Amino acid sequence: MPDNFVPTAAEMLRFLPELILIVVGTLIMVLDPLTRHEDKNRLGILAILGLAGAAWGTFVAAQNGGPAFQGMLLVDGFATFFRYLVILVGALTVMASLSYLKRENAEAGEYYALTVFSVVGQCVMVTANELIMIFIGLEISSIATYILAGYLRDDKRNNESALKYFLLGSFATAFLLYGIAWIYGSTGTTNLAEIRRVLASGEGAPSQALLGLSAALMFVGFAFKVSAVPFQSWAPDVYQGAPAPVSGFMSAGPKAAAFAIFLRVYLAAFEPIAAKWQAVVIVSAIATMIVGNFAALLQGNIKRMLAYSSIAHAGYVMVAIAAHNEIGTAAVMFYMASYALMNVGAFAVIAHVARAGEKYVNTDDMAGLGVRQPVTAALLTIFLLSLIGVPLTGGFFGKFYIFKAALDANLIWPTIIGLLNSAVAAYYYLRVIVVMYFREPGESTADLPPLAPGVQAVLWGSALAILVLGIYPSVILDFAGRSANLVK
Amino acid sequence: MDAILFLLFATLAVGCGINLVVQTHPISSALSLVGVMGSLAVLYLLLGAEFMAAAQMIVYAGAIMVLFVFVIMLLNAGAETRKARSKLALPLGAAGLFALLAILIFSVQALLPRTDPVRFGAFTGGTAKAIGQKLFTEYLLPFEVTSVLILIAILGAVVLARKEI
Repeated sequence: MPDNFVPTAAEMLRFLPELILIVVGTLIMVLDPLTRHEDKNRLGILAILGLAGAAWGTFVAAQNGGPAFQGMLLVDGFATFFRYLVILVGALTVMASLSYLKRENAEAGEYYALTVFSVVGQCVMVTANELIMIFIGLEISSIATYILAGYLRDDKRNNESALKYFLLGSFATAFLLYGIAWIYGSTGTTNLAEIRRVLASGEGAPSQALLGLSAALMFVGFAFKVSAVPFQSWAPDVYQGAPAPVSGFMSAGPKAAAFAIFLRVYLAAFEPIAAKWQAVVIVSAIATMIVGNFAALLQGNIKRMLAYSSIAHAGYVMVAIAAHNEIGTAAVMFYMASYALMNVGAFAVIAHVARAGEKYVNTDDMAGLGVRQPVTAALLTIFLLSLIGVPLTGGFFGKFYIFKAALDANLIWPTIIGLLNSAVAAYYYLRVIVVMYFREPGESTADLPPLAPGVQAVLWGSALAILVLGIYPSVILDFAGRSANLVK
Repeated sequence: MDAILFLLFATLAVGCGINLVVQTHPISSALSLVGVMGSLAVLYLLLGAEFMAAAQMIVYAGAIMVLFVFVIMLLNAGAETRKARSKLALPLGAAGLFALLAILIFSVQALLPRTDPVRFGAFTGGTAKAIGQKLFTEYLLPFEVTSVLILIAILGAVVLARKEI
């Protein structure tokens, strides 16, 4: 143990993105009462500027990479990648929310402050190298998201969504915490690198049954957060009830961060007992793919359909986690980046078409969008094609690398089931495209207002990024491949 | 003696925990929870974690439980419904309490040195000083980041309870 606990300047720099975001979030709260009701949008702009500042902070932190605060944090390529991703998702969400909140007449600084704080939690999660930090980051991110899900307090569906998410989420967190307690009890440490060392050396001979149980308890917590079967049942109700931009946020930011800690804990700390947990992850991944895709086939509500699709995508990602090799880690990173972009984009279009009070959220309500707003329809088509995994989109390479990693690890059956599932998934995404272009325009798309500038920026930005990822995947993949080495 | 005390309070904690779930009236459940918290505090003390035991009593059994009970009362729990009141309850309860106190007094009298500080178990890192040192050196970052967590909780209460959007 070092004698000097005062953090060095380099350590403070490694924590810079979080510091910037905390200051900006607090500033928004302070400025909120001083801002007139018509000017609340400016607080959203401030949040976007703050997130841009945090992206710069991430760059500075990456230049000074290394452990910080007695090994609580570890700024490596992996953390930097996910920090950029969750900050980007936060900024896109705020942009998509500006016009949404105006339309619902619910503008308030708290919304932006909560989004910023949620991103703080996700940044802490992805940088944490210690179970306690992971837990605190997860709670910051989750509690802020629970509140955002119930933000429109007078909307019954919002209430249902927030309450279900909160109760089940707290339950899952309790499991995670219990697992952390057991791991501490059997290895005597909460530092991931230390846990790995103890497990590998068999020092103090931790009981195999206890280790298995604690890994299983932590799996329950993580599986809930990434909505993997059998802990997926909350996702459809929560995504359906929450405000559409928040649903997009939940399916991208917190989910990417949850996968990041899932990877870090299982690949960095539990790697020595990989043979034991691999089977559990494989079974859960296969069940997740099947349940998600087949349930999505039956959904009429498009938000619910995307919720099940998000469950199915979690299944693909878990196949790559089960592979537990470096290609698998890089594949998860690439996949989460492209998946976040397409989901935030798709939910932004849904928020736009749904109109005030989210009246039009069925697949059938998309009828005629291709005629009435061809540009919006074309952008949504890009997102849906990427969700299917059509070549030239980011989704294709995401799936490609995941299955490549799985084959490298000799996971033949999960790969075959994953490929078959992708074919099933094509049906429900294509159905939306068919309804958009070939169905008679109905009242739902009549007098649809033009896209707000913020939403336009989100849609064009994510669509372009998806195409870039689909044509030059090496832009991200090289970075992901270099930082995929979690085991130091 | 440690083992006997452990068994006694561990049983009490589990019993109260089961009672918490079984009871239909919220106030009875809340009181069982107080029992769980109190027994846990004793278990912490037996492990040598004095600070944890004190915090458990003050924060959980004290502050949080009072809040629980307040909320239950505010939400109109209604009058207590008594079913099949037993005449034995009072004498048995009194006798049980008396026995419990007697065991405690006996154990403290018989086992603990009169002059040294009271200490159970072999672990000595549970004092307020030791915990404070850890908290503000090694665990400084989690300690500070928790303040963001509390800030969000307050913000959430404001958002969900405000009058109009």
